[in-house]
This record gives sequence, structure tokens and C-alpha cells, in this order.
Amino acid sequence: MLFEYLLRRFSLLLFMVFTLTVFTFSLSYMFPGELLTNVSGQVNPSFTQSQQLTEKYHLNEGVIVQYLAFLQRILQGDWGVSLSSGQSVFDHVVKLFPATLELCVYALLVSIFVGIPAGIIASAYHKRWPEKVINSLSLLGFSVPIFWLALLLIMVFCLGLGLFPMSGRIGLLYEVEPISNFILLDIVLQGFPYQGLAFVDALHHLALPTIVLAMYPTTVLIRFTRDSMLDVLEQNYIKTARAKGLNRRQLIMHHALRNALLPVIKQIGLQFSTLITLAMITEVIFSWPGVGRWLIDSIYQRDYPAIQGGLLAVSMFVILANMLAEFSHTLLDPLSRNQAHGKV
Amino acid sequence: MRNLLLGVLCTYLLGCIDASQQTIRKTQGLVYCSEANPVSFNPQVTTTGSTIDIIASQLYDTLLSIDPETAEFQPEIAHSWQVSDDGKMITFYLRKDVQFHHTDYFTPTRLLNADDVVFSFSRLFDVYNPYHFVGDANYPYFQSVGLDQLIRQVVKVDDYTVRFELFNAESSFLSNLATDFAVILSQEYADHLAGLEQKALFDTYPIGTGPYKYKSFLRDNLIRYHRNEHYWKHPVPMQQLVFDITTNGTSRIAKMLTKECDITAHPSATQLSVLAARDDIRVDKAPNLNIGYWAFNTEKPPFDNLLVRKALAHSVDFEKIMQAVFYGNGIIARSHLPPSSWAFKAQDNMPTYNPEYAKQLLIEAGYEDGFSMTLWAMPVSRIYNPNARKMAELIQSDLKGIGISARIVEYEWNTFLERIGQHEHDSVLLGWAADTPDPDNFFSPLLSCTATFSGKNPANWCNPEFDLLLTQALDTTDVELRKTFYHQAQQMIIEQLPLVPIAHGMRFQATSADVKDISLRPFGGISLGKARRD
Repeated sequence: MLFEYLLRRFSLLLFMVFTLTVFTFSLSYMFPGELLTNVSGQVNPSFTQSQQLTEKYHLNEGVIVQYLAFLQRILQGDWGVSLSSGQSVFDHVVKLFPATLELCVYALLVSIFVGIPAGIIASAYHKRWPEKVINSLSLLGFSVPIFWLALLLIMVFCLGLGLFPMSGRIGLLYEVEPISNFILLDIVLQGFPYQGLAFVDALHHLALPTIVLAMYPTTVLIRFTRDSMLDVLEQNYIKTARAKGLNRRQLIMHHALRNALLPVIKQIGLQFSTLITLAMITEVIFSWPGVGRWLIDSIYQRDYPAIQGGLLAVSMFVILANMLAEFSHTLLDPLSRNQAHGKV
Repeated sequence: MRNLLLGVLCTYLLGCIDASQQTIRKTQGLVYCSEANPVSFNPQVTTTGSTIDIIASQLYDTLLSIDPETAEFQPEIAHSWQVSDDGKMITFYLRKDVQFHHTDYFTPTRLLNADDVVFSFSRLFDVYNPYHFVGDANYPYFQSVGLDQLIRQVVKVDDYTVRFELFNAESSFLSNLATDFAVILSQEYADHLAGLEQKALFDTYPIGTGPYKYKSFLRDNLIRYHRNEHYWKHPVPMQQLVFDITTNGTSRIAKMLTKECDITAHPSATQLSVLAARDDIRVDKAPNLNIGYWAFNTEKPPFDNLLVRKALAHSVDFEKIMQAVFYGNGIIARSHLPPSSWAFKAQDNMPTYNPEYAKQLLIEAGYEDGFSMTLWAMPVSRIYNPNARKMAELIQSDLKGIGISARIVEYEWNTFLERIGQHEHDSVLLGWAADTPDPDNFFSPLLSCTATFSGKNPANWCNPEFDLLLTQALDTTDVELRKTFYHQAQQMIIEQLPLVPIAHGMRFQATSADVKDISLRPFGGISLGKARRD
């Protein structure tokens, strides 16, 4: 049963990856400028160079052959050369993606640890003041555009009070060797250099971007948890439990929560794709050296190979994250395996 | 688990309050907020001001330099020099205690000697130098001032004596050698890389003799230098020098306020009041030798027509631009040269705002219906033009008045310069900041024919008569005679209008109040070797 389900998911994944690669591949035709330059990242190649490149990219052959060659290169990690830096696009992605991922993971953690308890509290005090407060706060958080929130926080906490730095992952004078490219992990791996100050400084830098990025998913989780809790609390088995004389705490912790969290878990996974998009905005505002800022810079610089590579990496990641979320949801909730068709 | 979390939280909270963070910062180094990525790490191959600020004086030394106050030559790597009577032989006597950088990627085994000097200069013009063609043999400054045509050969006399032999005497030769571009590179390092067949790395992983040495560079983020412990001139106070690449001008100001930067390049005039109001930030202001101009691509019709260029120059209200863009922190140009240059002469026939006359000129030129053109505006703020975008918009609206529709074109800075070099533009708002006080620096690198070939002439303007004037001015050392030639050259620019001079900006620099010993020079890049904290 589970195997069949996985197979279905997997075929869907394959199809989506196929569509994605076809789209990315066709981008080099759709971008303005020389095809050869768009594909290879070589500006004004000499005659021999351009012959070699044509050979390498199979540009003199049919589109299908070119596409297959493209797939092969993608798999080998040869994603072309960035027009503006002259370095391998894949290297850029490998270096920058962890920063984005790091930010997203922390934001997601914050939103889970804040959003779910807040949602539970709201449902436990249904139609009383705690719910009203939480509801109005979450509506506020939901409606605030994050770039505005980010600028507001910078205005108040960085420029006004001078409590937090406004850019980057760590004070630039701290020298942390990139090992995993996850800054906190790197600092721990290097045994807390600068008497732990580097670690503190990194946390300091993380604070505002994480808050900004966590705002949207937190409000979504609050609302989801609350709604799904309220649904569950309406169920007959809860009523029975209540009739048996259980108090509210027992009712919620032992009976309602587990069932209510199922749709929320699925939601957590789905938030990842929204997070990546929002992370781009956050990265630009806080000069966070992640893949989103790089992608936006590349667009500004019309760096086609970089745009291509960046898009591919980000969308691949979103697809994978979604798949993983669905998968974990399925493991936890056997009912959902009965769907006859996959859905995105 | 709970204890650990608590511990982390405590250190975090303490860290916010604890002053130890400040003390560490104090001894660690300096952060300079820079406006663009460096194009290269070798000053020989670029003239981009933002790049020169980052690399030149920090990583390298020159044979001699010019004192910004007295405009006299000062010894650097050469402790003395001698010019022969006919001016064609210049002999430099080198210091014997100059060490090259010791880095992760190269450790020198010997001190700087005559071989390094010969190698550095022969790379510029000698096709037999193994490094001449690395990077497409593009040495824009030297080619545009014609240095590659001037030097017959560079001879090693003994280990610490070098002789330059010139084809003819040129009055600006020594000042050209004193620019930020004429750096001394290590021949030993060059041989080492050639042995590894990695010549291309020579300009990306620099080895010089300057106060700082290269550590790492992360594009769009930062460049890190470490102190050169063996610096020959003086001990370097700062352990590290970090360039934080922040292209957005407002972000640079904000980072000054949050103390993430210690020095910022080119704060914009509108935001100076914010910075000046703070006690912990010092804003320095100094006159600077520069010119911001509007250049036309004179090889492209209709801009090859003098009447059209004149019409365009007369259609724009530059007084208004001065107020809107410079906020009183610049002076309107009265000639191509800034007034502080000794060869300056105010031009009587500078184009004035006169749209009626402009229209008439257009009709004369046969463009009564107007035309459309591109107006390239540089994306960064420089001394000579703090806000090219705004200036472009003002010009655009003025041009509309005489029936010309202009489209504003912007690219990332280095791409922008590259494309201008390929003359893709119709007209461009750009400028030039001098590298030496010699007036030739405003003419040869910008408007000579050789500058056209090396892609540095934004007007794409090659006029043999003009070139002759420049050569004549260089052939003599008689200052009065040179003056008359440069006066003629200035007049010719205004008559022919390959470009319209707009303004001369003041150089600004915002520095944290506790950072000392950074001086603003009227020419060339910034030098941070002596910078220290109190």
C-alpha cells in the first residue's frame, strides 16, 4: 500500500522535474543575446573557443540532443559559468544555498514553536479574550507586507535603538572558515572562536531576519492549528471524554492535539515554498548572502546562466521540500494514502 | 538540554550588553563600505575608481608618489632617481628592504629587486613578457596615456638600480609613474604561477608590497585583507581590513549609523546632514580633481554632427541639475579642467540653457522632428556625479522640450563600463577623477585617439589636431608653454563638444570618529595603510 503510494509520488516527481528542466533548458533560447553566451557564460568567445563550445553543448545538433546534453551537464554539476563573476554557477549555488536554507529553517522553527502553542491557546479559550488577542495579532502579522515589516524593524531596532546589526550573517571582522556554509554550525565546528563572541554575534545577526521571515508562516500556523483544534474539539469522542469528566488540559493534551496536528504538519511542509520566496525579499533587505539575493542581483545584471541555475536550484528545492512534507504526512496519517491520484 | 539552552541564552543576552565585543572589534580591524566589486586585483588592468580605492594603495606600492600638499614627488620603493639632461633616461635607485606579501598561496624567497620592477613595466608594453597577453593585453591607463609607445626599454643596471629609456622626453612621465596604476609586482610569483600554468590567477590572487595582503574575496559580499607584518614603510596598526561591498548608497549610510562600517565611500550629499548630526561620525570634505560630463558617441549618427551635439548641449539646464543633484556640494564646470588645476582656463563659450536656439540648431542639422536616443546613466555614486540616475531624468525631461526622446539605460557598474568601452551607447553620463595633478591626466586618458582604441574614450572621439596639442604639451617641460597648449585643448573641447563638462564634485568621506589617520587626497584612490583606532 505504502509502496504503491510512493511509486505514484515518485512518478509525479519525475514528471515535475522533467517539466522544470525543459523550462530551464528553453530559457537560454528565450533570453536575449547570443545563444552560445547564454548557454556557456563565455562572453565574446574566439573562433576556436566558440567551435569547442558548440561541440560541447551540441548546439549544431537537434533540440532533443541538446536537451539530453543539458541534463547530463546538470547531473554532473556543470551548470555553466556566471557572466558577471566568471565562476561556476554550481559553486555559487553550493556556497549560497546553505545561507538561505539556514534562514528558512530557523524561521520555520520559530514559527512552529510560536505558532502551534499560540493556536492551541486560542482554541482552548475559544471566544474569550486570549483568542481575540491572538486572532487580531495574527491577522495583523498576516496582513503586514514583510518588506515593510523588515524596514520598520530596521528603523526601530537598528537605526533607532542600535540594538541589532542590519546586514549580513556575522560581523565581518570575525573570520569563520566556511566548512558546511551553515554559519552557526561552522562556528560550533571550529570550537567557538573569539571566546564565543562570534557565535553570539551570529545569533545577533540572525535575530531580525528570522523574525521577519517567521512572521508569515507563524500566522498561518496559528490559524491552522486553531481551526483544526476547534474542528477536533467538536468531534463526538471529545464530547464523550468531556462527559466522562476530563478537564480541559487532559482533553487537549491527550485527546485532541494529536489528531489536530495532522493537517498542521502537512502545512508546515507546504510553508517551505512560501518561505523560500519570502526569504528572497528578506535576504535583499538584510543583505543576507543567500541564493535569493544572488538570484535577484543576477536578474539585475542580466546574468543569464546564473538566473537559469538559480531558478533550477530554488524550484528543485521547493519541489523536493513539498514531496518530503507530503511523504511525512502520509507516514503519520494512513488515511491520506487512499487518494487515487497524486496532487501537487 | 535545558541547561545548554539557558547557557546559550545567557551568553547571548550578556553579549548584547558586554563591552568585550567592542574591544575585540577595536583591535581586529576596520570595515570599509565599498560601492562595487573590484574588477581585478591588479591596478595595471583597470581605471575604475571604485576598484582602485580597494586595491591600489592597500596592496601595492609604486616607485614614487606625489605629495598631495606640495605636489612634489616623494620617494617610495625608489629612494632616489635621476633624470638625464635630455629627459630620455630616468634611473631609479631602489630600497633594499622591501618584502613581498607572505600568503597562503605564495611565500617569497627574496626581497624586491630590479627584476620585479623590470617585469612589472615590461608586462605593459613588451610582447615577449610572458604575462603581456594575460587578460587580453588590456592596460587602459598606460595605453591611453601612450606610455606603451613611449618606453623604449626598462633596463636592470644592477640588483637595485633600474633605468627607463624613453623614445622621447615627456613631461608627465614621472607623474604617470606615480599614479596608483604603476604598481610593482613580484616576478618570482609570476614565475611560480607560470610554472603551475596558472597565469590567469596572477591578477586575481595578488602579491604586492603594500600595507595589507589579500586573504579572501566573496563576490557581492566582502573582501578581506590581513596586515602585512613585514611592511617596509611603517608598522600597520590594523590586523584586518575588510571591504563590505554595499552597492546601495542608503544602505552604506545606514551601516555607518549601526557601526557596521567604519568608513564609507561617497556618501550622497542629501544624506550628509544625517551623518554630520552624529557625534560618533566625522564627515570630511575636500576639493578633488575631477570632472563629471555628458559624452556623446561621436562615431554614431546623428551625434557625429556637431550641430546636433551643440543642440543637445544647449537644451539642458545645467544650473537646475547642479541644485538637484549636487546640493551645493559641487561647482558647475567652466571648462573641462577643474579650477584648481594649474592649466585651467574658464571658457567663455560654455553652452548655456537655450531651448529655442537648440531647436534652431536641430532644424539646421535636418532633425526638425527630433529623434530618439539612449542616455546611459552610471548606476553608482561617484564624486563627479553623486546621482547619475536623477541627472539623467532631468536631462530626459529637458530633451523632451526640443522633441528628442531619450531612454535611460542602466547596468551593473562593471558591465556598464564594459559596454561603454565597446561604444554601445548614444550618450553617457560619466566622469573622471584625476590620478595625478598633471593636467594631461584629464585629456590623454579620456579623449585621445589611443583612448578610443583601448575603449576608455566615452565620446569615441579621435581628433588628430587635438592629439597633436596633447603631444606638444607633453614634449616640453616649460610650464608656460604647456599652459598655452592646454588652454587650446580646453577651448577645442568646448568648440567640438565631444562631451559637455557638467560639474566638479567635492570628495566626501564619512568615518567613525574613533578612526584616525585616513587622509583625503585631491587625486587618486584612498590609502588606509596608516588607519588606526583610538
